[in-house]
Order: sequence, then C-alpha cells, then structure tokens
Amino acid sequence: MTLAVLLTKQLNAGFALEVSFRAEPGVTILFGASGSGKTTILRGVAGLTRPDRGRVAIGDRVLFDSQTGVDVAVPERHVGYVFQQLALFPHMSVAQNIGYGLAALPRDERRARVAAAAESFHISGLLERRPDQVSGGERQRTALARALVTDPSALLLDEPLSALDYAIQRQIMDDLRRWNETRRLPVLYVTHSHREAFALGDRLIALEHGRIVASGSPHEVLDHPALAPLAALAGFENLFDATVTARHDRAGTMTCLLTGTSTELEVPLGVAAAGTAIRVAIRAGDILLADREPAGLSARNVLPGAVAECAMQGATVVAAIDASGTRFTVHLTPGGADTLELRPGRAVWLVIKTYSCRVAAG
Amino acid sequence: MDWQALWLTARLAALVSTILLFISIPLAHWMVFSRRRWTFLVESVVSLPLVLPPTVFGFYMLMATGNRSPAGRLWSAWTGHPLAFTFEGLVVASVFYSLPFAVQPVAAAFAQVDPTLREASSILGASRLRTFLRVVLPLSLEGVIAGLVLSFAHTVGEFGVVLMVGGNLPGVTRTISIAVYDHVQALQYREATTTALFMLVFAFAVLLIVYGLRRRPLAAAPIA
Repeated sequence: MTLAVLLTKQLNAGFALEVSFRAEPGVTILFGASGSGKTTILRGVAGLTRPDRGRVAIGDRVLFDSQTGVDVAVPERHVGYVFQQLALFPHMSVAQNIGYGLAALPRDERRARVAAAAESFHISGLLERRPDQVSGGERQRTALARALVTDPSALLLDEPLSALDYAIQRQIMDDLRRWNETRRLPVLYVTHSHREAFALGDRLIALEHGRIVASGSPHEVLDHPALAPLAALAGFENLFDATVTARHDRAGTMTCLLTGTSTELEVPLGVAAAGTAIRVAIRAGDILLADREPAGLSARNVLPGAVAECAMQGATVVAAIDASGTRFTVHLTPGGADTLELRPGRAVWLVIKTYSCRVAAG
Repeated sequence: MDWQALWLTARLAALVSTILLFISIPLAHWMVFSRRRWTFLVESVVSLPLVLPPTVFGFYMLMATGNRSPAGRLWSAWTGHPLAFTFEGLVVASVFYSLPFAVQPVAAAFAQVDPTLREASSILGASRLRTFLRVVLPLSLEGVIAGLVLSFAHTVGEFGVVLMVGGNLPGVTRTISIAVYDHVQALQYREATTTALFMLVFAFAVLLIVYGLRRRPLAAAPIA
C-alpha cells in the first residue's frame, strides 16, 4: 500500500507547509531542521492537525480530502503513531499500554496479540512493569509495539529514537524492518539526524521551510546538497565561509581563501566569479592525514597542520587539526590513528581532494 | 455536643459532595477541553460563590427557592411543600455554594494531563469517552478526591448561606456551625467549646488529607 500526501497548511512560524509526495512500502525519511514542517505532516496524516487544503490517502482509502469534504476522525484512521515523547500511559503496565488499541478484541485474543508484539520487540519480560520502571530503549520498544499491534495501515514515527545511543537505535530499527518485511507498510520517519537518515531510510524527502527541496535515496539527496543549509545538515563536519580568489577554467577548479584564515583550498569550478562569497563543505571522513609531506599526489590540497585534539567516539577516532588558522575535523579508524601515532601537538599533513570539497552559494 | 446537628451536617455534606462529584467532573471536562470561547463566562459564574458574601449569596438562593420564584413554585407543585427552610432547600443552596470547591481541583487536574496522551489514545482507536475514562480520569484521581474532600468540608463549614436559606430548625436545617453560634448566643460556653474543638480537629484532618495528596509525585507527569 502507498501513502499519498498532499498538504497545505499555514504555520505559526510564518511560512506555509506545502508538500506533495507518495510514501511506498518501506521507510521514507522526512528530513529537515526543526521547524521545517516534518511533524505537522505526520499530524496531518494522523488527523491531529487539520490541513487548510489537500488530500491524504492510504491505498484507495481516502482519509482527508478538502475538495470532497472527507475528514475521517482520528480513531477511525487506523494509523500507527509514535510520538517524540512516546506518550506511554504512565498509570498502565507495559502490557496494558500495548493492548490499549485492542479493546474491541476478546480477552484471550488480545492477550495473544500483546504477547506476540512484545516478543517481536524483545520486551516479553517486562509486561507487568510500568513505563517508569523500564529503560529508555525499552520504552521506545513498548511505544512501537503499542502502535503496531493494532495492524495499522501506515506507521508514523516522530524522531522516536533520537534520544537513544546508536547501537540500540540500530537494534530497534532492525526489529522494525523484520516486522515490516511481511506487512509492507509505508513508514514515515521524521528525523533531523543525517546518521539516522542514512542508516534507516529507503527513501528520503528533504524539507526546508515547509517545502520539499530534494527527494531520492538518502545518498542521492544528502551527498549532493543543492543548498548550504542542507549541506550543514547532511553531515559535512567541516563547513567554511570562503571567498573565490581565482578561477582555473581549464583545470576545472577554482582557488578560494577561507574567511579569517590564510588557508587556501582548490575546489571544483562553480558558477562563481572571483571575489564571490561561497561556502565550502568537506566530510570529516574524506580528509586524509600523513605524517610527512606527501609527494606525487593528484590531490590538489596538501596543508601542513598540527593535532589539537584527538578522541575516540564509538569506533571512530575524531581528530581536530589546526592548519594555518583553520580547524579541520577529521575522522579516521583507530588503526590509522595508531599508525600515525596521533596525539595532541603532533605535526601532520592534511590531504584533501578537490572533489571532496563541495561548494554552495555563500 | 449537639449530636442532632452533627448528624444533620454529616448527611448534608455527604449528599452535597456526592452530587457535586457528578456535576463537577463533566463540568470541569467541558471547561478544560471545550474549544468554545465563552468557557470563561461559565468559569466566572461557577466561581461567584468564592467572592460573594454568603449572606448575599444566601439571599439570592432564598429568592430563587421561595414560592415567588418559578423554580420555587415548580418545586411546591411537585412535592407539595416549599423548598425554602427545608433540608432539600439547604442541599440545593449548598450545591451551588460549594461548586467552585469541587470544580476547580478537578479542572486543574484535567488540565495537567499531557495532551499527547489523549492524542495517543485517540490514534489507538479510543472514543472521547473511553479516552476520558481510561486516561484522563485515572490520571486526575487526586484532583477528584481533593474536590470531594474540599466540597464536603466547605459544606460542613458554611454558615451565612444556611442561616439565610434554612433558618435554624433543629433536625431540619440546624447545622453544626449554627449550633456553635446558638451556644454562644445562649452563653453555653462549655458546649460551644466542645463543638468548636471538634470542628477544629475536623478541619485540620481535611487539610492534612488534601495537602498529603499533593505531596505525592504527580502521576500525570509525562514519561519520555
């Protein structure tokens, strides 16, 4: 089944939400900064917020249509919703929470369905506890089980995992995928975290100020940001203001000076004349480090620098390197860091390919 | 101790707070969850007894229950006796007089329930009534109990309204607060002292219950 959404709504933030998209079975990420209208879309689909105009349908079941006056009441929409704050009922046990939407079923069947859902999300041992007596990850699992046990025709998730650490996020999403393999529900997943977007989504819709600015696979959208604000979101750990100092049309590059520093970078040629302000974005994982000046490279940017900080984050070493007044963030493997004997104060060379530098209007 | 007055007062207060329980829950629900713009008007009317002098309030109640008012005449035609200066008349007046004490704690408790809990209930297919009975009401129990206790205590303690509407008929409208007044007027200080001390202990016990409830961590706090 496909979820088809066409919504227009004037928002208090002073801009209008205007979106039109289809969510096929699988996970569709709604991606954007807070205030871009992501949550309003979910609320519109669930019926919690009434759009000014538009149409919402799951398969051929119309939930809302401003032209024909259809507006199915919230309890009859049969969508699953997991709120950012989860909204578990604090006075009920985990089992009562999960079974809440099954009130119409006979007791035995309800109990069986609750047990099956609890097993799918690995919370069978917690059924008699209250939500404040289980961990954060277990609460998320309870909220997912509560939403899915009713067999909804679409699932709406509003940043349900953002408070959890990455390993638990992955486990929960794997459980959700496994659950959805046979059911093939359209899942709308709201997030502003690029890591969640890459890890979880089949398809991504990027929103900015209430409008869809890009859509496609997470890699297509986030690897080629058209606009600087999106680039910042898409996980370019290094983002610099710069000015174009020279164009090298034959070489296909231009030189730019990072604002407030003496660092010069060669970046891909863009439609920017000398003297234009631009923004340059570089992924931390796209920067190479060397312990002596490298020679015979095709990379155009080789900068001397020194390690300022160096720390493990999960399985990644995150290093801050100062080079002629600019601080670069570099990600490398623990093995790579060991080979270079990386520690604060160590002199290193930064190597950055021209095409690792993305350029956007300043 | 005037046992007759004490028994009468207990009956009156129990009846009034029970009636108010059934009035205050739907009324508070409407005041908190209605989207109508004139809820503030109803809120003001409900709270009127808080600021009106009891004698003034009692005067209007007397006018409204007397045989010259349509309501009073309707009552007389229906029951065969007037409403003013009867136990029933006292109940009616007390219900209005204690209404804010029942409604306000309940309304405050309803308003504290996280709105996303109601949305979650609705999305899970629950009707508004089921959402109210299974989510809002259980999370507001302390407010409901506080409303019950406060309206009971307030009815026990009222004086001016009782005097205006009920007069001072032993076994019919003579409540304990009237009895204390009578004892003092008759210079029966010993009786007045016992009764007054009893009322003091009672009032303190009520406040212990109400504030003891408030000290408990709020069950309505959202769980993230």
